[in-house]
Amino acid sequence: MGATGLSVILIIAVIIIMLVLIIIGGKDEISWKFLTTFPQEGMTKGGIFPAIYGTALMVIIMSVAAVPFGVITALYLTEYAKESSWIAKGVQFAVRTLSMVPSIIFGLFGLGFFIKFVGGGMDKLFSGGQLIWAQPNILWASLTMALLTLPVVIVSVEESIHAVPRDLREASLALGATKWQTIKKVVLPGARSGILTGTILAISRGAGEVAPILFTGAAYYLATLPHSLSDQFMSLGYHIYIMSTQSVNVDQTLPIQFATTLVLLLLTFTLNFVAVLIRSRLRRSH
Amino acid sequence: MNTEETQPSEENTGLTDKQEEVSKQKADKFVFSKDSLKKQMRPSEFFSEKIITGVAFLSIAIIILIFLFVFRETLPIFYGKSAKKTEITALKQETYGSAGQGQNDNKQEVYGGNDSVAPAAKQEVYGATSDSTADTTVAAEAGGLSYKEDDSGEGNKVTLKGLVGKVWMPVSDRPRYGLLPLIIGTFKITIIAILFAAPLAILAALFSAAFAPRWMREFIKPAIEILAGFPSVVIGFFALIVMATFFQHLFGYETRLNAFVGGVAMALAAIPIIFTVTEDVMTAVPSNYKEASLALGASKWQTAFFVTLPAAAPGIFAAVLLGIGRIFGETMIVLMATGNAALMSLNPFDSVRTLSATIGAEMAEVVFGDTHYNVLFLIGTLLFVFTFTLNATAEFYVKGRLMTRLQGKK
Repeated sequence: MGATGLSVILIIAVIIIMLVLIIIGGKDEISWKFLTTFPQEGMTKGGIFPAIYGTALMVIIMSVAAVPFGVITALYLTEYAKESSWIAKGVQFAVRTLSMVPSIIFGLFGLGFFIKFVGGGMDKLFSGGQLIWAQPNILWASLTMALLTLPVVIVSVEESIHAVPRDLREASLALGATKWQTIKKVVLPGARSGILTGTILAISRGAGEVAPILFTGAAYYLATLPHSLSDQFMSLGYHIYIMSTQSVNVDQTLPIQFATTLVLLLLTFTLNFVAVLIRSRLRRSH
Repeated sequence: MNTEETQPSEENTGLTDKQEEVSKQKADKFVFSKDSLKKQMRPSEFFSEKIITGVAFLSIAIIILIFLFVFRETLPIFYGKSAKKTEITALKQETYGSAGQGQNDNKQEVYGGNDSVAPAAKQEVYGATSDSTADTTVAAEAGGLSYKEDDSGEGNKVTLKGLVGKVWMPVSDRPRYGLLPLIIGTFKITIIAILFAAPLAILAALFSAAFAPRWMREFIKPAIEILAGFPSVVIGFFALIVMATFFQHLFGYETRLNAFVGGVAMALAAIPIIFTVTEDVMTAVPSNYKEASLALGASKWQTAFFVTLPAAAPGIFAAVLLGIGRIFGETMIVLMATGNAALMSLNPFDSVRTLSATIGAEMAEVVFGDTHYNVLFLIGTLLFVFTFTLNATAEFYVKGRLMTRLQGKK
């Protein structure tokens, strides 16, 4: 019995050590200046503002793509799907498979489908063969990330739709409302917190994942912020990766590496924490 | 015809004749005839249902599309196309910072900004050439691999025999695409990671489900979820900077970034998954089992190990499978912490390179349409098929065995 308790202690100890070391390593570098300036002198000085901006922009586009899609799919799974139909089983299986696909495969899909197929088609149609859209950029990276975080949204929304009490739904139907009217006026407002939770969790996941954007749009050093959807962008996670493995002068950039990691960690944790708060308030109110 | 009988008697109801007629007409509509019981066709209902179903169907389409488009880029291999490797056009509009090579003593690889002809040319250092198992030193190929001079007239035909070769060196004069080092690397990492993650996570879940008082449970679960919330870049960063040095001082081996460090870091990423699923399964075991065992005089410990654990065994197996699936596909941790050398060795303290890391590391610098590009997509297809199968197995196993076991025996 002692072994099981020891395992828990070991795991929690490792978590604490990780957190503490990252905080110690990074806290000195973090300042308002750090968060709002561009990197300078080969990343040894300056801040990470474009990375924060790029991550935020990417996450916004991703949410715009993923959340409606996810809500509709979750609606289908909870309201319209008949247990025995092949579409219902297929969609459930597809969502679960989607959550298990390695993140790098999404990157490959982004390259093969979004950049080459869709981007190539757009170039042919809109710019007569000029290479504008068939390149890595923030649009394709965000869409790729949207696919990755879709299961997160779906699961969360499903949960909250299930939490809407049946009586409410049945009362609405008994009063003569149609199914769609019931969904629009009763179910969806009731599931609001779940939709919000799902969005926040998706954002947290999307900000942290790097593999899908490795070759679909992220860049290490850009002189300007992305102006249009066909620009590349800097991202916190990608920044950490490149800086820690390909820095010219590792010792000098080490504090910045730690600080960037700390920023990403804080961002992720805050988002997760808020999502958990909303979820527990949802549970308590039912 | 029924209306004759239900017509109200002719009395003074206080309504004008016109109003009475209107209300009678309305009343006629609520009579139960076969027609009135049919569901009314409303266009908005119809369309909303069809649209919602259609959007949901898209998710199935996405999975199929992913497989299709990833596989599509591998097809030139099968057509026996011999592609010429041309200059690498800069895929990315980026330049690394200042020029000059930075050499970090601890790391095996030499990365550096190179302001020579090919922009964004990452100098990767690959491992030993022949199938030596002992040679672990990695020669830093100074001067870099210039991408300009490889118009290999021999053609980069990739044969099936070539794919199971023992050398992975796609960027050289005679490119070799042997997948074996990569596969072995993937297995090494997976085994090391599971050896650490599975026992820790299962025992911890057992503690949380069977032994811990309620207040402790409320504390452990969020703690594990915090671990799950770490982005994999952060775990990789931590492994690269902190864990590698720590383990090197502890064990005293030569190569700082190796399969062991990568495996332990990967275990950190897999533990939350295994823990969560195992804990769920263990709490789902019907309480009759536990109560019967306790009633028969067994201790809490005996109940947990000999009753609850075996009952939850299929679910635990599925949990480990899910953990393995996650480990297989994880890219960032491997990219940062394992040294990225495609060696064929069984030594856990050698650098490795996994399948996913290969894609991640090399895709950015590869030429569209090149054979190397196709092989990378082939690796992607293999990964996808493998994790798909793993997932399907885990699902059917849980649904099949666990459910019938828990419910059938009940």
